[in-house]
Amino acid sequence: MSTVSSAPSAAPPSGQAPGRWRQLVADWSSDRQAFQVSWGKAMMWIFLLSDTFIFSCFLTGYMTVRISSTVPWPNPSLVFSLKIGTAEVPLLLIAIMTFVLISSSGTMAMAVNFAYRRDRVRAAILMLVTAGFGVTFVSMQVFEWSKLILQEGVRPWGNPMGAAQFGSTFFMITGFHGLHVSAGVIYLVTVAVRLLRGRYEKSGNYQIVEIAGLYWHFVDLVWVFIFALFYLW
Amino acid sequence: MTSATGQQHPISLYLKIWGLLFVLSTLSYLVDYFNFHSYLRWALIIVLMLMKAGLIVAFFMHMAWERMALVCAILLPPLCLLVLVGLMATEADYTFVTRLLFFR
Repeated sequence: MSTVSSAPSAAPPSGQAPGRWRQLVADWSSDRQAFQVSWGKAMMWIFLLSDTFIFSCFLTGYMTVRISSTVPWPNPSLVFSLKIGTAEVPLLLIAIMTFVLISSSGTMAMAVNFAYRRDRVRAAILMLVTAGFGVTFVSMQVFEWSKLILQEGVRPWGNPMGAAQFGSTFFMITGFHGLHVSAGVIYLVTVAVRLLRGRYEKSGNYQIVEIAGLYWHFVDLVWVFIFALFYLW
Repeated sequence: MTSATGQQHPISLYLKIWGLLFVLSTLSYLVDYFNFHSYLRWALIIVLMLMKAGLIVAFFMHMAWERMALVCAILLPPLCLLVLVGLMATEADYTFVTRLLFFR
């Protein structure tokens, strides 16, 4: 087998199985670079791209069931309204959640900046503030879910307001997004604690903050689409 | 690749983008608040959504300063999804019409 191989490998294969594996490793680890970014950043982008496809499938599926439903779709503006005093303000909770998430993106962007300036204390504090905004967002989502489930009787298989598909798509899309926010909070806190402990001080490489930031901004980005396509439609 | 200094941009830029996102979000909330309808509503929602998404990707995710190879590798695949969206919208329309014919 080793005599058949025409590709020049870094080391001559000693046996059949190790030779093949060595060839594979040589092929996949050879010095060819298409993206001029670090390994970690490229991997985060690939992950985010795959996540984009998952969220797109959810939103496209939601669009499909919403268009094809012959029963009227519940009016999101009224479903997600809040009572302030005696007036019903449409979509108020969702608007506040949007502003909270945008603010978290702002603090995260500044954290990346301070990390590259090697100001690790400020970077870590800003990351913890970002995580705090994330916790606020998830808490509001918990409030929203419990209100819909307990008070208004929304279920994945039906609801009193209209088309049965409303519940299933709502829990699927916002639930998956909420899961991303929760995971992001854990991720941010982990990196922030490591920053404070001086883990990246030796190498002087603070790119992990930017990579964590990419994830966090992506969560905000997905919310922009959910806000427009689910709540404003 | 200079990881010690990479993607350093002035804080003021981030603050401006932050403010702009706030304004755009307020506008899209007002679309609902003032109860705009049909095509006007759709145009406003989609345009505001894309502007917000563009700002986040370009500035917060540093896409405006990345090399073209990376930008294309990341932005082109999601654009292909528009084909799927188009197909499923047509399919859903068809399902809706057949349901109207047979189940009503």
